Amino acid sequence: MKKSRLLALGLSAALAVSLLAGCSNTTEQSSGFNLNLCFASEPETMDPTLNRTVDGNVMMNHLFEGLYKYVDSDPSGDGRNGATAVLVPGQAAEEPAVTENADGTYTYTFTLRDDIYWSDGEPVTANDFVYSWQRLVDPETASPYNTIIAMVVNANEIINGEKDKSELGVKAVDDKTFEVQLTYNCSYFLDICAFPNTMPLREDVVEGNSTWSQDPSTYVCNGPYKMASWTHDAEIVMAQNEKYYNVEELGPDTLTFKLMDDANAQLTAFNNGDLDYMQNPPPDETASLLVAGTLLPGDYLGTYYVCFNNQKAPFDDVNVRRAFSLAIDRNYIVQQVTQSGEVPAGGWVPSNVVDAQGTDGDDFRTVGGDYIDVNDYEANCELARQLLAEAGYPNGEGFPEVTYLYNTDERHGAIAEALQSMWKEVLGVQVRLDNQDWNVFLETRSKGEYSMCRNGWIADYNDPVSFLDMFMTDNGNNDAHYSNSEYDAIMTEVLSDSDAEGRMALMHQAEDLLMEQDCAIAPLYYYSNPYMISDNVHGMYYSPLGAFIFSYCTQP
Amino acid sequence: MAKYVIKRVIMALITILVVACVTFLLMMSVPGSPFNDEKITAQQMAQMDAKYGLDKPLLVQMANYMKGALHGDLGVSLKMQKDRPVLEIIAEKFPLSAKIGVIALIWAVVVGVPLGCLAAYNRGKWIDSLLRIISTLGISMPGFVVATFLLILFCNEDAPFSFLGIKTIFDESQGVRAYFMPCFALGLYPMCYIARLSRSSMLDALGQDYIKTARAKGLATPKIIFKHALRNGVIPVITYLGPLTAFTLCGGFVVETVFTIPGLGRYFVQSVQNRDYFLIMGTTIFLATLVIVMNLVVDILYKVVDPRIDLAKGD
Repeated sequence: MKKSRLLALGLSAALAVSLLAGCSNTTEQSSGFNLNLCFASEPETMDPTLNRTVDGNVMMNHLFEGLYKYVDSDPSGDGRNGATAVLVPGQAAEEPAVTENADGTYTYTFTLRDDIYWSDGEPVTANDFVYSWQRLVDPETASPYNTIIAMVVNANEIINGEKDKSELGVKAVDDKTFEVQLTYNCSYFLDICAFPNTMPLREDVVEGNSTWSQDPSTYVCNGPYKMASWTHDAEIVMAQNEKYYNVEELGPDTLTFKLMDDANAQLTAFNNGDLDYMQNPPPDETASLLVAGTLLPGDYLGTYYVCFNNQKAPFDDVNVRRAFSLAIDRNYIVQQVTQSGEVPAGGWVPSNVVDAQGTDGDDFRTVGGDYIDVNDYEANCELARQLLAEAGYPNGEGFPEVTYLYNTDERHGAIAEALQSMWKEVLGVQVRLDNQDWNVFLETRSKGEYSMCRNGWIADYNDPVSFLDMFMTDNGNNDAHYSNSEYDAIMTEVLSDSDAEGRMALMHQAEDLLMEQDCAIAPLYYYSNPYMISDNVHGMYYSPLGAFIFSYCTQP
Repeated sequence: MAKYVIKRVIMALITILVVACVTFLLMMSVPGSPFNDEKITAQQMAQMDAKYGLDKPLLVQMANYMKGALHGDLGVSLKMQKDRPVLEIIAEKFPLSAKIGVIALIWAVVVGVPLGCLAAYNRGKWIDSLLRIISTLGISMPGFVVATFLLILFCNEDAPFSFLGIKTIFDESQGVRAYFMPCFALGLYPMCYIARLSRSSMLDALGQDYIKTARAKGLATPKIIFKHALRNGVIPVITYLGPLTAFTLCGGFVVETVFTIPGLGRYFVQSVQNRDYFLIMGTTIFLATLVIVMNLVVDILYKVVDPRIDLAKGD
């Protein structure tokens, strides 16, 4: 009994000490203005070269700055009037000089600003860009985004292991002059220059220290903010980088990225004022939050689609594919199922993707027009039934049992059930639903072991090629296993064409083949990027690629 | 006793080795990859496999891993905290999970055992029925329901207990207030289970002849219950506490996720979902070791609680 009492006393003392320790462990409070933001849980990596996630992109846009950066084209909107971020020179002092070379390649010459420094006070030089870009394509780095600079001379050969990284078409002419040689005059190259994977890195910081990006004390960056602390699975705190050339203009003293998983907890925290910004509230809540104006839909360059296996019967028949596509009531899906401000898709390339006139002219979708009239569902259904009959399945009779596959998720499940019901009602076809764990699903889909499955694509840069090159026969992202030699030829030309108008015309032709002639896929809607921001935060802006910028936010 | 402990330690090492090998083979047989995503190309995947040695034959990979593990190198996380040593992640996450787990266990035992005794002593009376209802409810309610219920009670703007100022996002600087919700949510199920276990084992003990003798001798009721009956009645609870302690110390996935606690619990589930191979191995080996150690402690505790138990014979 005595022993038990001693044990109990010991445990109680330990408990009391630990709780007292908790009480005294107060977090250092910033004296200024802080924003609590939540995009996702722990980031996979904070190394810009290795990053592949949207939340990582957002954080790196605050910690690093590339040759180009995003600024707000309409500060009066406070981020509430759509994607207003536009590209301007960042670490580059001005727009690059572009020259055409005798061998058909193009040279972009960037002059760097004189007042750019790393967070440890060292100047940013052209060599830092050379190092970072060479590291990106180095097979030993194994970056999942190494093809983002595929247009740079020798990039593909280096990625394939055929050439050494030193042969990449980049050069530091002097400390302040960075030269890039492109295989063709890529129209979206400046978008790439603002992409996190192309941001500069310091060789002396990265080499020999594989954990440099995990420790705030070794995390040397050149953006408006620097990493102050990182409590894994809890928060990443960024403080103003006093070496940044525009530090005087920055808003928040600190940005705290809360690393949270649970959507319900995020919403509770937002409602309590513990979060100033969050994305993707619980699906059950989105409709009411959207109606109340608390949730903003947000522009996004992405399309959700039904992926047909073009090589497998019965979806190797274009009439069957078109019938299944036309039988979908896209308005119902976005208004009754997803309810997050998505736009019904009449084509493949989503709205807001630029055409030949850039951001000043009509977008690619407006120029190309729609392939499906989403507002005339009755006529679509009539045509769908007719096409299925032509394919040999009048009223769905004799149609083989097919399965629609999706990754396990509440929202995808709800869409799948709506599709199943539409196909049954309009075409008389019974479709079985199946779902798989995300990781397994990706493998199944990539191997083509399905008849129909859900799919989606978010652009990396604002150019239609981001959506169209993936359906080339040998492209690794061609999950539909679509193969059309004419399409391949057009896209090959696009990928080497320097004439903006000419390549846009070619891409419209390509989309005609994909959507009109072959109906290889059935787009459902253009994604939105729903987010919530506190009413007393102003000055946030974002790009339709998902780069949300808080550097210049203000609070009344 | 020393001979018994040495024998158990040797057995434990063999068990851990078997667990590690089986986990490795099972993990690698599951489809998917830590590097999978919608945009990755086959070539990029191959480069990443090569970088982390996943391109080698399975048995070579396993041998390399075991060799590293024996030297204290459990590899690096491949996805959840890319390139961070697994051992470092466990060392950083475990103390917080363990702290919450210990508090949860203490309240579960301190409340559960007396409640079980009380119910057993008042068998068939209203107090017994009430306690049985409470414990059944606690056992039936999933963790996320309890956690969400607590958030509604304490954290919403209009919550009845919002005046306590408990934050939605776990904030260690709040001291007791920060620990209240997660410890309550984590300890509720074990508390109710322990109450039920104690009740049934106490009922058995209270019916024994030596208890009747004690009553006949005129001993006070608390003395009968806590000095004589509880010694036998508590043994099933100790048996249950062994593995429970190991699991609770490692944190609860739901509780850590809902309350945003940077603990180890979520890694057990999410490392599997993410196919973060070396993290799966590290957390599994760690948990297996903890379970084995706790079972050993339980066996030794049997002897402390009831000196009649002969460990060597039982073995």
